[in-house]
Order: sequence, then C-alpha cells, then structure tokens
Amino acid sequence: MSDFLSTLISGLSLGSIYALVALGIVILFKSSEVMNFAHGSIAVLGAFAAGRASDILGFWGGVLVGLAVAGLFALFVERVLVRAMKNAPIVSLAIMTIGLQVILDTELPRQIGSDIIQLHQPWGLDSVDIGGTLVPWNRIFTILVTLVIIVAFLLAFRFSSWGVSMRAAAEDREASELVGIKLSRITMVSWVLAGVLAGVAGIMLSGAPSAGLTPTMAVIALRAFPAAIIGGLDSVTGALVGGLLIGVLEALTITYQSELSFLGRGLGDVVSYLLMFIVLLVRPQGLFGRKEVVRA
Amino acid sequence: MPESVDTQKPPTITVAVPTQRRRRKSDKRTWKWAAIAVLAVIALIAPLYLTSYWLQLVFAVSAIAIGAIGLNLVTGTADQLSLANPFFMVVGALTYVVLCSEADAERGLVGLGLPPIVGLVGGVALAMVAGLLFSPIASRLRGIYLGMASFGLVFVAIYVLNNAGALSGGFNGRSVPTFELFGIVFGRSDEPLVIAGVPFGRWELLWYLGLALLVAAAWFASNILKSRSGRALRLIASGDLPASVSGVHVAWYKAQVFAISGMYAGLAGVLFALSIGSIAPETFSLELALEFLAMIVIGGMGSVAGAVIGAAFVAAMPLLLQYALGDIPAFQTGEISAANVANYVYGLAVILVLIFKPSGLVGIWRDVMNSFRRRKNIPTTTES
Repeated sequence: MSDFLSTLISGLSLGSIYALVALGIVILFKSSEVMNFAHGSIAVLGAFAAGRASDILGFWGGVLVGLAVAGLFALFVERVLVRAMKNAPIVSLAIMTIGLQVILDTELPRQIGSDIIQLHQPWGLDSVDIGGTLVPWNRIFTILVTLVIIVAFLLAFRFSSWGVSMRAAAEDREASELVGIKLSRITMVSWVLAGVLAGVAGIMLSGAPSAGLTPTMAVIALRAFPAAIIGGLDSVTGALVGGLLIGVLEALTITYQSELSFLGRGLGDVVSYLLMFIVLLVRPQGLFGRKEVVRA
Repeated sequence: MPESVDTQKPPTITVAVPTQRRRRKSDKRTWKWAAIAVLAVIALIAPLYLTSYWLQLVFAVSAIAIGAIGLNLVTGTADQLSLANPFFMVVGALTYVVLCSEADAERGLVGLGLPPIVGLVGGVALAMVAGLLFSPIASRLRGIYLGMASFGLVFVAIYVLNNAGALSGGFNGRSVPTFELFGIVFGRSDEPLVIAGVPFGRWELLWYLGLALLVAAAWFASNILKSRSGRALRLIASGDLPASVSGVHVAWYKAQVFAISGMYAGLAGVLFALSIGSIAPETFSLELALEFLAMIVIGGMGSVAGAVIGAAFVAAMPLLLQYALGDIPAFQTGEISAANVANYVYGLAVILVLIFKPSGLVGIWRDVMNSFRRRKNIPTTTES
C-alpha cells in the first residue's frame, strides 16, 4: 500500500510537470495556432538559466532569472519568428518550431555538458516520511506549486479581461478584433505566460529525486506532447487531465515494472504514447477537445 | 480550340507565336534528354574514379532521399505532418535483416536465410502494411494531430528494437546481410566482381543500386503528383472540407498517402541499413524524424526534386563539414563537433526558408531560371 502511495505521489508530481508544459502548448495553440515543438527545450532553457544564475544569486534569484529568460525567449520566438510567418499554414509553423528545437536541443546539452547543474534549492534532497515511505520535498512542492498556478490560471482564464479576450480570440480572431480586442497583445501575453509555465516545469524537474539539471531532461519534457494531445490541443482542462494521467501511468509502470517484465524494458518511456494512440483511436480530437463538425 | 486557350494565359505567353513556341518546346525537350544522358553517363563511370568514402556517402544520401520523397508526398503535398519515417525505416530494415540473415543459435537470433531481394521487397511491403495498420488513426486526424501521433511511433519503434532481441539483436543491434542480385554479391572484398578488368566492390555496386532505386522512386512519385491522386492530395492540403466537397474521399486518400510514404521509408530503411552495415536502436531516433522534415522544407515542400536536394543537403552536411573544416581547433578539442555545426546550419536553414522562401531551394532555382527566361522573353513557369 505504501508502495502505491509513494508511486501515486511521484506520478502526480511528474504529471504536474507535464501538465504545466502541456498547458503552455495548449495556450500557444489556442492563441496563435502554433504547435510549439520547442516548448520542452524552453523548459530546459529556463532551468539552465536558473541553475547558472543561482550560483551567484541563490535559489530564489535563480528562479526569477530562469523564469524571465524562459518568458523572454518565448516572446522573442513570437515577435521575431512567428510574426514573420503570418498567414503561413499551421504545419509550416510547426515545422519552423522544429527547426528551433533542433538548434536548442543541440546547444543546450552542449552548454550543460557532462556535469549536473545544481539549482541550490533550500530544501535540497530532503525527504518527508508519508505513510512509511520517504517522499522528496521537491515532489510535494511541485504538486502544490502546480496546484496554485493552475487554480490561478483557470480563474484568470475565466474572469480576467485577458482570459475573456483570449477565449474570444480563440473562438473567432476576426470578430474579436472587430470588437476591439488587441490580438497582438493577447498573443504576446500568451507566449510569455507559456514560456514562464515551461520555466517553472523545468525548475521543478531539476529538483529531487534528480540531483540537478541533466541533458536528458529534454527527453522527459517531450512527454508533455502526448499529454496535450490526449487532453485535446484546444482544451485547457484537457492539458491538466492529460498531464496528470500520463504522469501517474508512467510512475505506475515504472514501479510495477517487475510484474510487467514480459512487456520488456523501457515500457515507462512508451506507455504515454500507447495511451495517446488509444485515445486518438476512440476520440481523434482528444478527451476534452472540441470536435470540428465537418461532413466529409 | 487552341486560340481560345491561348487568350486565357498570362500576357507573357501570348507574345510568343505558336510555331516558335513549338520549336522552343522541342528544343527544351532535346536539352532535357541531353542533360539526362550526360548525368547518366557520369553516374555510370563515377564509381571508377571516386573513393569508397564518397560512394558510401552518396549511397546513404540516396537511401535517405527515397525516404524524403515519400515524406514529401504526405507532408509537402497533402500538408499532413508526419514524423513516422524512422518508424517505417525500422520496419523495412528489420524485415530485411530477419528474412535474409541466417539464424544464430548462439545469440538466439531468428533468421530465415531467404535471398536478399525477397528481404528488400518484403521490407517495403511490410512497411506499407504498417502504414495501412496506422490508417484508423492517420485517416481521421488533421495535419497537426497526425504529427504528434506519428511522433509516438518513433518511440514505439525504438522500444521494439530494444526489446525484440531475437529479431533485432537488442540494444547492441545486429549486422545486416550483404545484398545480392542475380547471383552478384554486393561486396565480397576477397573476390570482387571484375568487368573488363575493373573490379567492382561493395560500394561501387551499391552506388548503382542506390541511384537506380532513387530514380525509380522519384519517377513513381512525380507520376503520382501528376495524376488524379496528386491533385486530390493537393486539394486535401487546402482543407478537408473543400477537398470532400470536390469529391475527394479524404480519409481514404490520407490512409493511402500515409501507406505510400511508409513504402518509401521502408525501402529507405533497407538501403540505409545496408549503408551502415548494422541496425541499432540509436540509428532510428527522433532526431532522424526531425531531419527528414528539415530536408523537405529546405529542398522545397511538395517537390520531388526538392526532397532529393534537401536530403543531400541535410544528410551529407555533417560529413562534408567534417571534411572541409576538420582542421579548425574547436573541432579538434571536441568543444564542438561537425554534427553540432550541421544541426545549427540546418535548423537555421529551416527557419529562414520558412520565413523568407517557403518554396525552398527549388523555388530559388525556379526564380533564377525565370529571371533568365524573362530577359529572353521565354514563357516563365510556376510549377517545377
């Protein structure tokens, strides 16, 4: 039982990280129809900047720098690259972010090198005893921070003027522009927000049980994509549910690997994609995605 | 009624008198065939002068180019994002290895020992079947969702390679049996095939095989593009709704084109495995899927020639950079590798092409030719 509990907690904490990245992906897709393949790398970039800055400024200073870098970088991508491709097809925009991903995914591991970058979290690698198993504080903080961010985001999305304009813009760009919504400002805010969310995810991912930021993190961040697809690319709720679902599923697979050994090694790496295939078979638009009504 | 057709064309064309135009057209055709003949002769005699390093490089590039042509049908023409190429390459390569290797009881490897040509055809066929099996997903998804779903296939392929040890040799991979055709063994270095006193080793023969299959693949794809199916695919790119309104069975065409791209990638997989000499999980990575997209974007979306040019650009670049810049101190200290620089160059090239010239290198070539034509008052073209 205690085994199950600790698995659930680690799954939820991993899932919250996926949910944060997936939420960013969904926000970008809704606000500017960009499927950002480089989003995982933005998370790594944020964590990297936070790690380097925390050597001088300490953890909290590092966090500020990391989030600022991630947000500003996302803003740069929007202002310079996405804006230059106005009216391009969705697939071309996605491929453009793939080009960006190739560059980032080469440069960041090269910068990180073989050493593990410490973020100097005040809670370090400390753990707490819950029901007989040790759970790293970092995991618990991850779940709590995600909870706070997501509640705040959902409230903002529902009630703030940004949220209302963004939903209107996602509904119908032209009509919302006609009623005086500044699309370019909405898009900018969305990109900065998505970048910051990715930065938070990256920083959380570089804490316990991982010793710090490692180059393999980019691979983990990739699993936010099936999370976004499972939930539905145009659904905020979907991103959260998809992220948590995949996190828990992955943690369960890894814990009970010995019972599942007939399925082979490394099942935890593919289980999220298998779930994605099943969901797409049943609901091509994702669990919470809105179906386009087309007679074809 | 040729006159009435003429009046509908752009003004530059109406300048030319019909008789002149016919002559120019036949001139153009003669030139085209002359160019093809020259290229064919060069392709035939080049192996006599090139070292095996270059022969191997060209063979690997033709393998990759075949995969890129197939991908270009799905992503370039029909505008359905696909990252599944490494998956299909794994299906093709694995089938070839299993069908043609001898069984190895010591390592517990399965092998049927069939003739290599059976393995080649089997690999292509099974890759197509794999594409069709994915059709319940592929045919119903819009471009971007398909991209994500096919992206998952790459991880499935790596997982299968790692775990189906009896077939793939597991993490360490398995060596690829030598190709053979009509009793000619491709690459027995102890007694090479000798024609008119010239020895033909592995890479000389594979050079011919690669180029012949590349030409066949390009010809097949350009015929698809010119046919009813090609027009249907271009219509699907403009949206599911307009296509279905025009009478295109969207789901069926999406499934078909995905399966055809699977065939192409399956063939590419067999050839690529032959060029490397072994199959291992790390070869068929997600990076390869991204490189394929870079190829078709840089070369020119929807163009067969573009896919080949893009493949040459992306696949050969790390080796060419190593060759050209090998002496730079940063390379020698290991601070940065040629593969790193190649990634920066093609990543940046993808971004720049999409922003400034979405039709890619082929589009630039067309512009250059058109500006030349305009000066000479020859009709310009918009399609390749």
